[in-house]
Amino acid sequence: MSKPDATLPISSPRAAFWLGAREAARVPMAVMAASFLGFGTLIRDLDWSVWLGVYSTISTWALPGQIAMAEMAARGAPLASMVLAVAFINARLMPMVASLLPQVRRPGMSLVVQYAAAMIIAATTWAGVMRRLPDLRTEVRFAYLTGYGGALYAMSPFATAAGYFLADHVAREVAMGLVFLNPLYFMLLFLAGPGNTGRWLALGFGAALGPMLYTILPDWSLVLTGLLGGTAAWLIGRRRARHG
Amino acid sequence: MADIPYTPVLAITLAAVASYLPRALGAFLSGRIAASSGVIEWITCVTYALMAGLVARMILMPIGSLAATPDWMRTAAAAIALAAFLAFRKSIGWGVFAGAGALTAMATFLNGT
Repeated sequence: MSKPDATLPISSPRAAFWLGAREAARVPMAVMAASFLGFGTLIRDLDWSVWLGVYSTISTWALPGQIAMAEMAARGAPLASMVLAVAFINARLMPMVASLLPQVRRPGMSLVVQYAAAMIIAATTWAGVMRRLPDLRTEVRFAYLTGYGGALYAMSPFATAAGYFLADHVAREVAMGLVFLNPLYFMLLFLAGPGNTGRWLALGFGAALGPMLYTILPDWSLVLTGLLGGTAAWLIGRRRARHG
Repeated sequence: MADIPYTPVLAITLAAVASYLPRALGAFLSGRIAASSGVIEWITCVTYALMAGLVARMILMPIGSLAATPDWMRTAAAAIALAAFLAFRKSIGWGVFAGAGALTAMATFLNGT
């Protein structure tokens, strides 16, 4: 690990691209590959084709929304409810892209390139690239982003397909364990993230409201869970932050 | 499973659009606005609640093959995942591995399905 104020001796975009790809190809890629592997087994479990899983990964590339989409579609939730849930889940990508792009783009860079780069920004890319920016010269930062995000993006459809076919070649109980990776991964991911009163409450309210509302109003329960539980938690958290 | 009045391709495509729009909006707004932290914290809380609801539903009332396992087994496996996560200094990898492994082991040996 380099010091925060050190500049890596990298001057060519090509070298920065490969540095990004190499650094992504460690823990981040292993974790992401395992989670897309789990998504592949989930798609198999729902009796969809492998192409649907791969298509979802290539076109969406934001796993929480993909899992919500597949789960809700398989339960027959209305399209509008599913799209709204996915939009809320992925709304967090907006501030990520808005905060990362200005730090990596060069003056006069084409808009097409910038909007294409937004596609390879997901939570993992954002966290990994943001951490490295202070070490990189401005001219090579965009290349680093494309190497880092591109490597993760390129791996994901293969992991999805691998999980899909793996599910057919292991014992039924092992396949169940692989499907169970999906909720476990996100349960722990959210518990591991930076917490504050509002976020902890949101997790608690959501976990309680989700199954409860599903029994009353299955079609819209997740959207309501997010809006009611999240807004209440946010309001309480804000009040606590002001008075505490 | 429920009858789906639409094709998976349509669901996937619309979900993809709903995922790219915030990215495009972020690219559009980048450098133009200082993203207001209050709104972003609200979005974060909504996402946390929504995902927690989805996770709880997938553990407590799953569809697909997991529906064949008893509730206590999935709850116990999730608790084991949480315990391993905490025991191994908040390691997501070990937690997930322990929880999925526990579910597989229980489903195999306890014959509860």
